Amino acid sequence: MSKDFLNDIIQPENLVYKKTELMTDNTLSYCPGCGHGTAHRIIMEVIEELGLAEDTIGVAPVGCSVLAYDFMNIDMQQAAHGRAPAVATGIKRCFPDKIVFTYQGDGDLAAIGTAETIHAVNRGENFVIIFVNNGIYGMTGGQMAPTTLPGMKSSTSPYGRDVDMMGAPLKITELMAQLPGAYFVTRQAVHTPAHVRKTKKALKMAFKNQMEKKGGISFIEIVSNCNSGWKMSPVQANQWMVENMFPFYPLGDIKVDSELINKECLTVDLKGQ
Amino acid sequence: MGELKLMKGNEAIAEAAIREGVDAYFGYPITPQSEVIEYLMAEKPHERTGMVVLQAESEVAAINMVYGAAGAGKKVMTSSSSPGISLKMEGVSYMAGAELPAVLLNVVRGGPGLGTIQPSQADYFQAVKGGGHGDYKMIVLAPASVQEMADFVELSFDLAFKYLTPVMILSDGVIGQMMEKVEVKEHKPRMTDEELIKRSPWATVGKPKERERNVISSLNLDSHIQEEHNHKLIAKYKEIQEKEVRCEFIDCEDAEYVIVAYGSSARIAQKSLQLLKEKGIKAGLIRPITLFPFPKKEINEIAAKVKGILSVEMNTGQMIEDVKLAVEGKVPVSHYGRFGGVIHSPQEVADALDQKIKGGFKDE
Repeated sequence: MSKDFLNDIIQPENLVYKKTELMTDNTLSYCPGCGHGTAHRIIMEVIEELGLAEDTIGVAPVGCSVLAYDFMNIDMQQAAHGRAPAVATGIKRCFPDKIVFTYQGDGDLAAIGTAETIHAVNRGENFVIIFVNNGIYGMTGGQMAPTTLPGMKSSTSPYGRDVDMMGAPLKITELMAQLPGAYFVTRQAVHTPAHVRKTKKALKMAFKNQMEKKGGISFIEIVSNCNSGWKMSPVQANQWMVENMFPFYPLGDIKVDSELINKECLTVDLKGQ
Repeated sequence: MGELKLMKGNEAIAEAAIREGVDAYFGYPITPQSEVIEYLMAEKPHERTGMVVLQAESEVAAINMVYGAAGAGKKVMTSSSSPGISLKMEGVSYMAGAELPAVLLNVVRGGPGLGTIQPSQADYFQAVKGGGHGDYKMIVLAPASVQEMADFVELSFDLAFKYLTPVMILSDGVIGQMMEKVEVKEHKPRMTDEELIKRSPWATVGKPKERERNVISSLNLDSHIQEEHNHKLIAKYKEIQEKEVRCEFIDCEDAEYVIVAYGSSARIAQKSLQLLKEKGIKAGLIRPITLFPFPKKEINEIAAKVKGILSVEMNTGQMIEDVKLAVEGKVPVSHYGRFGGVIHSPQEVADALDQKIKGGFKDE
C-alpha cells in the first residue's frame, strides 16, 4: 500500500474514532489480550467527556497497574501495596472539590488492602474505586489471590485452590455493598464491545456521583482476565472467564443510589465449583 | 506575640500545629501520645483554621493518608508511639523515595514488641538510620521541653519543604506527658491553593493543559534510574548534614568530662551537672537537637579537649555508636542509661559518671 494512498485516507472528514488525549502515547506495558488497557481507556474517556481532566487525581498502587501513571495523562500518585484508598482519602479530605479515583487489582484491594478498602468505603469517602479482578496476582507472576476460584491453579496453588486450606474466594464487592458508606456498587466486564459500553456507562455514573457529592463511595468491579497468568491464549482466557469467573462473580449492579438492588448475590455458593 | 499556656507536650504540639497553619492531621490512638489526636478533635480545628483532622483505621492507613495529602502539596502531619511508628515506616520509606514533605511525631515508649507504655529512647536507631526499607534518612529533631514540642512544628515543616523529605520529631513519654509553661505562636494563615501550587509545582492537584502531568512515585523499574535517584537522595542528605546540624552546649568550656544526651535525658543530665559539680567533677553537656544530621564535628572538637565522654540515653546504648564515630577514638566513650520504661535520675547519672571516672573511665 503506498504512502500516498494512506495519506488520502487519513483526513479529518474520515475520522470515526480517535484515542482520547487523556491517554499518553506510551506503549502499554500490559500483555496482549489483557483487559487493563481497555479499562484505562474508558476511564480516561469518561473523565474527558465529563470535563474533569484538570481536576482529577488518580491513585494507582502496586500490581500490574503500578505504571498506570505512564498511560493516564492526568496527575497521578503511586501508592504502596493496598494503600490506595488511604492515599485517596488523604487527597480528597484536603481537596473535597477535586475528583479522585483509585485503580486497584484484586490482590491489592481484597488481600493486603482489605482494611483500607473497608474503612474508606465505610466512612463514605466521596471518591471512585475501580477494582480490576482477574483472580490472580499478575505482576508477580501468577500467584493465588483472595479471588482465585476454588480448584483454580496458580503458582502458589499448583494443584488448584484448596478451599479447606485457603477458604472460599472473597467476594469483596458484595461485602462493600453492605456498608452504609457505599453509594453505588456494580460489577462489570470489558471483554466485548457491549460490555465495554456498559462498563463505561457505570463509570460515568460513578464519576457523576462524585461530582454531585452524592455521599459515599462508587465502587466498580471489572471482572477481567490474565491470559499470561492463567496460561491461556487471550481468546481462551476470555472464554474461561465467561464460563468460570462470571458464575461466581455475576455481572450487574448490586447497589444503586444507596439501595441494595441485588440481595441474592450476597450469599456465597460454592456448589458446582 | 504568642500566648502563654500550661500544657502537656502532646497538647502543645497539637496546638502549635493548628497555629502553624497545618492543613491536615491523620492519626491513630496509642499510649503515650493519644492526647495529640484527642486535643485536635476537641479543638475543632476545621472551625478555627480549616485544618482537617481524621482518625484512621490504623497507623498504616494514617501514614498513607499523609502520603496522599503531602503528594497534593499540603502541610500534613501524623503522630504515634513506638509500635505504631514501626507500622508507619512503610509509608515513610515511600515518602522518602517520592521526596514528599511531612512531619511525624514519635512519643517513644519502651520496647521491643508491645513493650511498655513508659518513656524510653529505644527508637533512636529506627529514627536516625531511616527506619523503613531502602537507602534513606529522615531529618530527626529531639525536643527536650514542652516549649520545643511546640516550636519544632514550624521548624520541622520548614525543613520538610526545604529538602522535600519526611521529618521526625523524636520525643518520648516524658516530654509528651509532662506539663510545662509554653508560649504558643500567633496563628499563621493556611496557604491558599494558588500559594500551594507556587510553593510545590510538583503537587498533584489536577493537571492544567499547559503543564505536563505531575506524578508522585517512588518506583524506578530501571535500576540505573534508581541508582541516579539514590545519588540525588545522598546529595540531599549530605547537604542536610552540612547545613542543618543543631546542638546545645552547657558548661563545656572547662569540662574534663562531657555527657552527650538528647531529649528528656538531656533535661535529666542538666541537673546531674550540678550534682557532679558538688562532687568536684568538671562536667559539661552536649545536647544534640538534630539527631540526623548528628553533630559529628561539634562532638569531635570537644573530644579533643576532655578526658572522656558519656552517652546518656534511656536505652541499652544506641546513640553511643554515633558518638564513637564522631569522637574517632580520641577519648574513651562510655554509656549510661536506664531502659525498659525506667527513667534514670540525675543522681544515678552523676553517680554513674563518678564511678566510671574512679574506675579509670574506659571505652565501652
